[in-house]
Amino acid sequence: MGTLDVNGTAVEVDEEGYLEDLSSWTEDIAVAMAAAEDVELSDEHWDIINFLREYYEEYQIAPAVRVLTKAVGKRLGKDKGNSKYLYSLFPYGPGKQACKYAGLPKPTGCV
Amino acid sequence: MATKKFMYVNRKAPYGTVYALEALEVVLIAAAFEQDISLAFIDDGVYQIAKGQNTDGIGMKNFSATYKALGDYDINKIFVEKESLDERGMTADDLMDLVWEDEDDDWAEKPSIKIVSRAEMADVLADQDVHYSF
Repeated sequence: MGTLDVNGTAVEVDEEGYLEDLSSWTEDIAVAMAAAEDVELSDEHWDIINFLREYYEEYQIAPAVRVLTKAVGKRLGKDKGNSKYLYSLFPYGPGKQACKYAGLPKPTGCV
Repeated sequence: MATKKFMYVNRKAPYGTVYALEALEVVLIAAAFEQDISLAFIDDGVYQIAKGQNTDGIGMKNFSATYKALGDYDINKIFVEKESLDERGMTADDLMDLVWEDEDDDWAEKPSIKIVSRAEMADVLADQDVHYSF
């Protein structure tokens, strides 16, 4: 358990940096989590983060990387539906890192 | 690595015990290993994929929406025993619309659920390499 400073407000995160209270997510939290890892969020990052939030809303789970890759390919085009593109945005692993910024739990099936 | 046929047999109602939710999580994790996965819903297990579940009165998370993600995980062999539905006054129309998208067929949605008789279910189960019973 730790806290993350978001514009002066302390937000509770677990030992791996995932948000404790999923319903408290804001875009500012995503920006602060990214900044803590020296990442500046671009529109391309937001495409993935927003997709993950919509997926969680619909299915109540964070998708596995393979599922994320396939879905991104379908929604954003084949050139983006591959792990090379996703890793270029989220070098620590698109599942783990993007889910964290999106305020989701660690993906089910993330091994 | 050789592919094995894995069968996850679900026989219990979704809430009241943790079997259904645990089975679902195991299946999603197993999907990462790209094996040949099937699911069977028998006895009260058919309630797990019933339409219109509402857990407001029992204070538990309604995880039924997650079954709809199975298609994304390439899990599209879902066998439901007809006798179990009959005994509970249910038909295929009482089950959620579980589909998968065929990437090789312009993402056409195809049904994942197959209703089989008790005798057919026995054959399906006999055809598997590994069984997990929940």
